[in-house]
Amino acid sequence: MAMEASVIERMIKEALPDAEIVIDDLRGDGDHYSAKITSSAFEGKSRVQQHKMVYDALQGKMGGDLHALALQTGTPGA
Amino acid sequence: MSDNPVFDRIKSEVSDTDVVLFMKGTPMFPQCGFSAAVVGALTQMEVKFKGINVLEDGEIREGIKAFSEWPTIPQLYVKGEFVGGCDIIKEMYEAGELQKMFDDKGVTYAA
Repeated sequence: MAMEASVIERMIKEALPDAEIVIDDLRGDGDHYSAKITSSAFEGKSRVQQHKMVYDALQGKMGGDLHALALQTGTPGA
Repeated sequence: MSDNPVFDRIKSEVSDTDVVLFMKGTPMFPQCGFSAAVVGALTQMEVKFKGINVLEDGEIREGIKAFSEWPTIPQLYVKGEFVGGCDIIKEMYEAGELQKMFDDKGVTYAA
């Protein structure tokens, strides 16, 4: 039950093509990540909506294959 | 009433109590770092909340994820509304937004 950071990044990019993504493997175990994601698609959305967009991009991996992904989302220039 | 009994239970929980935290473990003994972080913020603010231990209730554990359309635990509800998971609550707490939300919704807290 682990995921490569590159896979996470690719899945997010597919859903949010303009996203700037910085992923940290917090424990080096491929299971606990943090991600900072900036995308214009988040404009006008609440934090809950923004995080849901990322979870949707991960197509059910979150809470399954991926145990922990600490999210910080924002819009460009914010 | 929906045709899903678990959703009905969740609905009555979040409408009966102003602040409800679906978590792993109990407020006294959180069994997950993310749940502990949210308990820590709420405790710092001295806000009264009810912790629901999803580890003791498999129906609620899966049901709450579908109900909120949110894949992870913890989940914080205030006045029946889903506020967020650990990252959002931490961010809101640090930015003073959690305090503002409690003010706006008329939830009392000390600090």
